[in-house]
Amino acid sequence: MTTSNSLVYLIALPLLGATILLLAGRRADKWGHILGTLMSASSFAVGLYQLSQMLGRTNEARPVTQKLFEWISVGTFNVDAGLLLDQLSICFVLLITGVGTLIHIYSISYMSHDHDRRRFFAYLNLFIAAMLLLVLGNSYLNLYVGWEGVGLASYLLIGFWNHKPAYATASKKAFVMNRIGDMGLSFAIMIAFATIGTVSFEGIKEHAHHTSTGALTAIGIMLLVAATGKSAQFPLQAWLGDAMAGPTPVSALIHAATMVTAGVYLITRSNFIFDAAPTAQLLVVIVGAITLLFGALIGTAKDDIKKALAASTMSQIGYMILGAGLGPVGYAFAIMHLLTHGFFKAGMFLGAGSVMHGMNDEVNMRKYGALRKFMPITFVTFGLGYLAILGVPPFAGFYSKDMIIETAFNAGGIKGIILGTVTLLGAGITAFYMTRVMILTFTGKSRWDDEAHPHESPLLMWLPMAILAIGSVSSGFLLSRGDALVNWLAPLFEHHGEHKELLSPIVVSGLALAMVAIGVAIAFLKYSRQEVAAVAPEDVSVFTKIARQDLMQDRFNEAVFMRPGQQLTQVLVKTDEAVIDGAVRGVGQLAMGSGSILRGLQSGFVRSYAALILVGASLLIAAIWVVTK
Amino acid sequence: MDAANYLYLSALLFTIGAVGVVVRRNAIVVFMCIELMLNAANLAFVTFSRINGDLNGQVIAFFTMVVAACEVVVGLAIIVTIYRSRRSASVDDASLLKR
Repeated sequence: MTTSNSLVYLIALPLLGATILLLAGRRADKWGHILGTLMSASSFAVGLYQLSQMLGRTNEARPVTQKLFEWISVGTFNVDAGLLLDQLSICFVLLITGVGTLIHIYSISYMSHDHDRRRFFAYLNLFIAAMLLLVLGNSYLNLYVGWEGVGLASYLLIGFWNHKPAYATASKKAFVMNRIGDMGLSFAIMIAFATIGTVSFEGIKEHAHHTSTGALTAIGIMLLVAATGKSAQFPLQAWLGDAMAGPTPVSALIHAATMVTAGVYLITRSNFIFDAAPTAQLLVVIVGAITLLFGALIGTAKDDIKKALAASTMSQIGYMILGAGLGPVGYAFAIMHLLTHGFFKAGMFLGAGSVMHGMNDEVNMRKYGALRKFMPITFVTFGLGYLAILGVPPFAGFYSKDMIIETAFNAGGIKGIILGTVTLLGAGITAFYMTRVMILTFTGKSRWDDEAHPHESPLLMWLPMAILAIGSVSSGFLLSRGDALVNWLAPLFEHHGEHKELLSPIVVSGLALAMVAIGVAIAFLKYSRQEVAAVAPEDVSVFTKIARQDLMQDRFNEAVFMRPGQQLTQVLVKTDEAVIDGAVRGVGQLAMGSGSILRGLQSGFVRSYAALILVGASLLIAAIWVVTK
Repeated sequence: MDAANYLYLSALLFTIGAVGVVVRRNAIVVFMCIELMLNAANLAFVTFSRINGDLNGQVIAFFTMVVAACEVVVGLAIIVTIYRSRRSASVDDASLLKR
């Protein structure tokens, strides 16, 4: 452990940028985007400096901590606002600030016609700051602050064009579904505090050995709920598709490269909990396996290029979650896939943004076609990302995805066979829908609207795409050369030693490539050999219809949660009106009723008052007489 | 003569006064009936003084007379004022607070 006092600048710089841009208002319109980009870039520079420092130290001394201030101090419960930068966090810091800076640069051009570009950059900076706090917090409570911060930034950015009601609804949907996950995280923190008595990573790791498995399982499951919410995993995945309502750079940064991978970070960071709670770990694997197929199937039916990519993101994060659920052997591969995915998916999203930019913001792929000649740079960068996600050697996905497939097969027994098959199947479907995206967008005949004039995007847009494409090509090779990333992360995880091998790596790679080839071939036969309709055909099989509706996830949520929720609310409203308001009104009416009865006594006749007094006095005397007799 | 007879007379006078207050409308008559009730009480006090052989009852009778005198002063003033403003001495007419 080393202490440092420069970690805070990582977060403080973008936060300062966001504050200035939000407070300065319209005055900052002229230079807001430059300030935002500079803040992000300088945060990246601090990250690089930290990495260089870290490389110069031994494994034990690599984690860096910084105590900011004493946050909560109640009895034995002490939480410091502290930062922790270790081998895992630095990967995220560089990904967030690096890809973040590229996307800032891209957005300068992409958002140049937008009236509110300054506000956009303010939110982007806010997101970077919150996401860095998420990965740098040294306890679950600090992480939680960043966790909520990225949720807020995501909400603000999805609804950036909130003058369109559908977009505002999409941002609300994302926010509400994320709340469910957030509740899981807060429950996990509460359980950890109640059973272990501390919420810091270090403290829980120390006490995990002598904590009951039940408590750890409960914490693990709650953490998984949190991860499913933020990372759009089954069953809380429905918001990601609608989140594409945000500007495309947002989709690239938040809903592909960084924020949605927070769940993977959470599970990897909590490795000491999941390793000691096999049930929770199994659930993680199941969630990952379901989502990777779920997302892939949705991806096959989407005509909206961004939604197809969103479904692909869901599916790829499913791979990461599955990898993280496989225990110590899988964490490093999950993180590796996360990093490579950060490059190629962000690159492809920026490519999609570039296509939309040239096509009057058209997102329907059936209205594209033959764009290869008009957008050569976009085509090449997108194509490199495409090869990377397919897992074609030697592109990035080949190293990261194959490692997850291999680890899944080697998980042992029936579980390994099921998981291996699922991941292979996922790779095949991925190849199919990504090839479909490529063919529909870049090849074939043009199916544009008449007013479309496709053109290549300006330098500020294609430069980030090119850099990300280089990352898509090389990151897998660089990270896996000599097990670089695995060895880098190794000190964080506890190894159990035994390494079972069901299938050798070469066989797994062969199988995966065969699946990919089949997927690509089917896509070619279906979309390249035949004419593609410019309007989505209606006479399709029931499976396509279901896939087009996101496998009924919205219908399911509406039927199971929304309608009963509305009915419950109705009942509560009626109960409120009848019982609670009724009681209040009843008291009033009782007072008024008894008043109107008693008012009759107030006749205004002195004689009747006198008679009443007389009767009362007589009764009183009679009573005294009876009692004292 | 038995002292209890004075008490019977006192009760009789008090009852007559009370009934008069309740049934008569004329404010002056009601007022006189109240005086009758006060004096019935006085008679009872004096009788008790006689029965018990001490002066307590007689002392209280003096207090009652003082109170009665004050009451006459205030009460008659009110009645005269009401009569002047309303041209009527009926207690049933004086119900302005009700209306």
